[in-house]
Amino acid sequence: MKVEQISVFLENKSGRLADVTNILAAAGINIRALALADTTDFGILRLIVNDNEKAKSVLKENGFTVGKTEVIAVEVSDRPGGLAAILNVMRDTAINVEYMYAFIQKSGENAIIIFRFDELEKAIEVLRSAGIRILSGEEIYSI
Amino acid sequence: MIWNEEFETLPREALEALQLKRLQHQIERVYAAVPYYRNKMEEQGVRPSDIKTLRDISRLPFTTKEDLRINYPFGLFAVPFEQVVRIHASSGTTGKPTVVGYTKRDIDSWAELMARTLSAGGAHQGDVVHNAYGYGLFTGGLGAHYGAERLGAAVIPISGGNSKRQIMIMQDFGSTVLMCTPSYALNLADVMKEMQVEPSSLKLRVGLFGAEPWSENMREEIQKRLNLKAIDIFGLSEVMGPGVASECIEEQHGLHIFEDYFIPEIVDPKTMEPMPLGELGELVFTTLTKEAFPVIRYRTKDLSRLIAKPCSCGRTFYRMERITGRTDDMLIIRGVNVFPSQIEHVLMSIEGVEPHYQIIVDRQGSLDIVEVQVEVSENIFSDEVKVLEKLGKRIEHEIKDLLGISCRVKLVEPKTIQRSEGKAQRVIDKRKL
Ligand SMILES: [Zn+2]
Repeated sequence: MKVEQISVFLENKSGRLADVTNILAAAGINIRALALADTTDFGILRLIVNDNEKAKSVLKENGFTVGKTEVIAVEVSDRPGGLAAILNVMRDTAINVEYMYAFIQKSGENAIIIFRFDELEKAIEVLRSAGIRILSGEEIYSI
Repeated sequence: MIWNEEFETLPREALEALQLKRLQHQIERVYAAVPYYRNKMEEQGVRPSDIKTLRDISRLPFTTKEDLRINYPFGLFAVPFEQVVRIHASSGTTGKPTVVGYTKRDIDSWAELMARTLSAGGAHQGDVVHNAYGYGLFTGGLGAHYGAERLGAAVIPISGGNSKRQIMIMQDFGSTVLMCTPSYALNLADVMKEMQVEPSSLKLRVGLFGAEPWSENMREEIQKRLNLKAIDIFGLSEVMGPGVASECIEEQHGLHIFEDYFIPEIVDPKTMEPMPLGELGELVFTTLTKEAFPVIRYRTKDLSRLIAKPCSCGRTFYRMERITGRTDDMLIIRGVNVFPSQIEHVLMSIEGVEPHYQIIVDRQGSLDIVEVQVEVSENIFSDEVKVLEKLGKRIEHEIKDLLGISCRVKLVEPKTIQRSEGKAQRVIDKRKL
């Protein structure tokens, strides 16, 4: 039920994001989802790709600092209130959303939201009991 | 092997008693013979009779290179000139050289000290000592030469230069012990490669390297490329020349200071107060037996610390850690003295942080601005912004706590910080002072 995400440390210098995507493209790795969190000095690039191990090693070879985190992917129907319903479920718990980002599936029907919670296992339990569908890693990597 | 078993393994108590006796005698003699030292002691309100314990050494005035310059050339000699049998000089970076003199007995002591050094490095009678230290005004060549003769080894006084000829002689004469600067050792390795001479085809077994700062990485490279054991030796002409301290081949870790001839101190270069045993600070030497050119509390400007831990070789002399820097590297930031090694210390004390850093000092208006760039390794990286920001703040905080200066920490990608010959440039000072 968990999805593996890799993260890359980037300095705020022009072209670094392009460097990462070029390296991955050259290695034949597909990016499923991507989000950049940045501050004035640095950025953290979060990526969901179809081959985590290969992406990690090829980025490391190119001198990047790479990390690995487990996140949750949730499918949200593309209608008003879809996201609000999930956040409402979480609001009543003590679980914090560290960050989240969304991407649209090819079919264009539903959005997929990636959540990074501080308490992963608990979050899975809460979402499940609220009847919210959590996507598996395989489903995400092979989109 | 220990060259002088009797003195090199003296129990600390007996050693300290000997040091005190020699110190008292030395100070009395210097006070009587050198007006410059006498005036300095009087200014400080200290007389030879005030030296009652070894700790009283801290009451004596320091001597600096500036004092030597003022007394150029022979003003600090403590014997009538006709007793001087040798004069050496070190090239001054600015202007006049620093001049030192030796009596017959000084030359004799020096040979003893270098015989001890060679012996600590594993050399012995029967060895062929290839002495590529420069002969001349520089103390290295002749200092090593007399020591090797005292040891009973055969010395090749080849001096520096003409590397191809050096290698031919190593092959033909069967040199077993190499003495030169560490950078020249690497140069010899390059030339051997050029000449297609296999280092393992030579008889070299050990090398005694000194006269310039070098690193553990350089040691590994020399050992591998020249197929020998590399020993770090230390000395400076103002104190004696080579033969002040030497590593032993047993541990190759820290240099035994020949404490029956020299008293080492580590002082805080800022306050000039003695530092607790084991702390990093400026290395200071007082000579105990020198006749022609004694020095009292000579400030080396080298940063080191003393190791009191007993050594497996059996010598009871304290060891000094390999020189880690110069007090000249000291930065003055908003009036506060800062050593790059202190910043390194802060970084290493934070778990997971590797000491890859660079300090950038700039000035905005009349204010010094300090930025510390720290490379983000996998150990400290997080996918969460707040974790990294917290780490940056923590480093800023600890630097402020320890050094009393505010700085800005900037996290950077690995390998951002320039490295030249494996050694990183730690400080970039953009201030135009
Ligand atoms: Zn030892």
